[in-house]
Amino acid sequence: MEATVVRTGTEGKTWGGGNEPLKASYGKLMMWFFIVSDALTFSGFLAAYGFSRFKFLDSWPIADEVFNHFPFLHGVDAPMYYVALMTFILIFSSVTMVLAVDAGHQLKKGKVTFYMFLTIIGGVIFLGSQAWEWKNFINGTYGAVYTEGGNILQFIDGEGHRVALADIAVPEASERVEHEARSGVWFESERYLPSYSIEEVKAGFANNSDLLIRTQMMNAEGEKTILSREESIAKLDAEAIGVVEGANLTRNEYGPPLFADFFFFITGFHGFHVFSGVLINIIIFFNVILGTYERRKNYEMVEKVGLYWHFVDLVWVFVFTFFYLV
Amino acid sequence: MAHDTAHHQESNTKRIWTVFVILSIVTLIEVVLGILKPDLLTGTSFLSMSLLNWIFIILTLYKAYYITWSFMHLEGETKGLRRAIVWTAVFLISYLIFILLTEGDYIYEVFKANHVAWDF
Repeated sequence: MEATVVRTGTEGKTWGGGNEPLKASYGKLMMWFFIVSDALTFSGFLAAYGFSRFKFLDSWPIADEVFNHFPFLHGVDAPMYYVALMTFILIFSSVTMVLAVDAGHQLKKGKVTFYMFLTIIGGVIFLGSQAWEWKNFINGTYGAVYTEGGNILQFIDGEGHRVALADIAVPEASERVEHEARSGVWFESERYLPSYSIEEVKAGFANNSDLLIRTQMMNAEGEKTILSREESIAKLDAEAIGVVEGANLTRNEYGPPLFADFFFFITGFHGFHVFSGVLINIIIFFNVILGTYERRKNYEMVEKVGLYWHFVDLVWVFVFTFFYLV
Repeated sequence: MAHDTAHHQESNTKRIWTVFVILSIVTLIEVVLGILKPDLLTGTSFLSMSLLNWIFIILTLYKAYYITWSFMHLEGETKGLRRAIVWTAVFLISYLIFILLTEGDYIYEVFKANHVAWDF
């Protein structure tokens, strides 16, 4: 169909078409499109976290006091160590990923397989670590009471150490049972019943003259304010209305509810990225084993999932800084 | 793709391990500073943020540079692609941060200075 061919006279020139100014394949460019937009999504979340933190600048929890658990070290105050370990795991799995990409460039199937496998293992370990972190966060360590205004009051002894509710409360014969939907109106039920009632905590607090209350307000030295014994008793009697153990989306024992909300949402969204990254890595891993890319004489798929995997690591670097360090 | 296979033929393993060592050392420095929290750094404030936090953020950006440039191989891409990725993100994110943090600080002042009872 000679007649339909339009000649523009620009063939072979800059605007004649067929140019690849970015010298990257379609798939890789689309992966970069996705990564940039996903980076903006995460920045939106982290900036919103920054907004809330600036809003509650002097009552935000201190990360070192919240995330201070380490496996097999019960009751030992180990701030940062665990999350540092998680960071190393993710960085290392990034390294094995880039080694797989590098081996792919040299068309070494065995090496790509091995490094992809290590990357998947690293991702799985990271996900497990995050689950453990969430478990500690959700269960909490000491427990606290909340006031009518939604503020958190924590308990410390004379030496300034945190005291758990279990060591304070004087158990009474419990008259409260968890309210379930089947024992009343069908849509009314409560999430869970704390181990101790507020009356038990108040009674225990009055008995033990050693105990003091720590509010969530930060003083000039960046430490939480500790009330005197008289102030503590007055505040507890007048304002405390409930007991909170651990964290959920409405309330947490660490401080403002937004702290837990953002923790769940941002680390959860990142964890979801790691999870999907592991799944995609597994698919590519099997393709490598089956020889798909060997036949193509091209391991660019490994490179593309590699880009995604490194992006997940990149996001974690920022989450690590803004949740645990700053 | 045929465009830069010549560049890819040799192995970059040495560079990869170097970057890994750099990232690990920077993370270690961050962790040690985060545990020690030297008074000198937490007490000194620069542009209404403590020096320690500035160090953390700068080290984070330093790590981000190595991850994107080396691991994500931005250093090997064309200038156009690199700029399209980096500047898009940098401009939009800086704008967002500026707006939200300013607003957050404003609300903090309202909470603190106005006649709003919240400690009850």
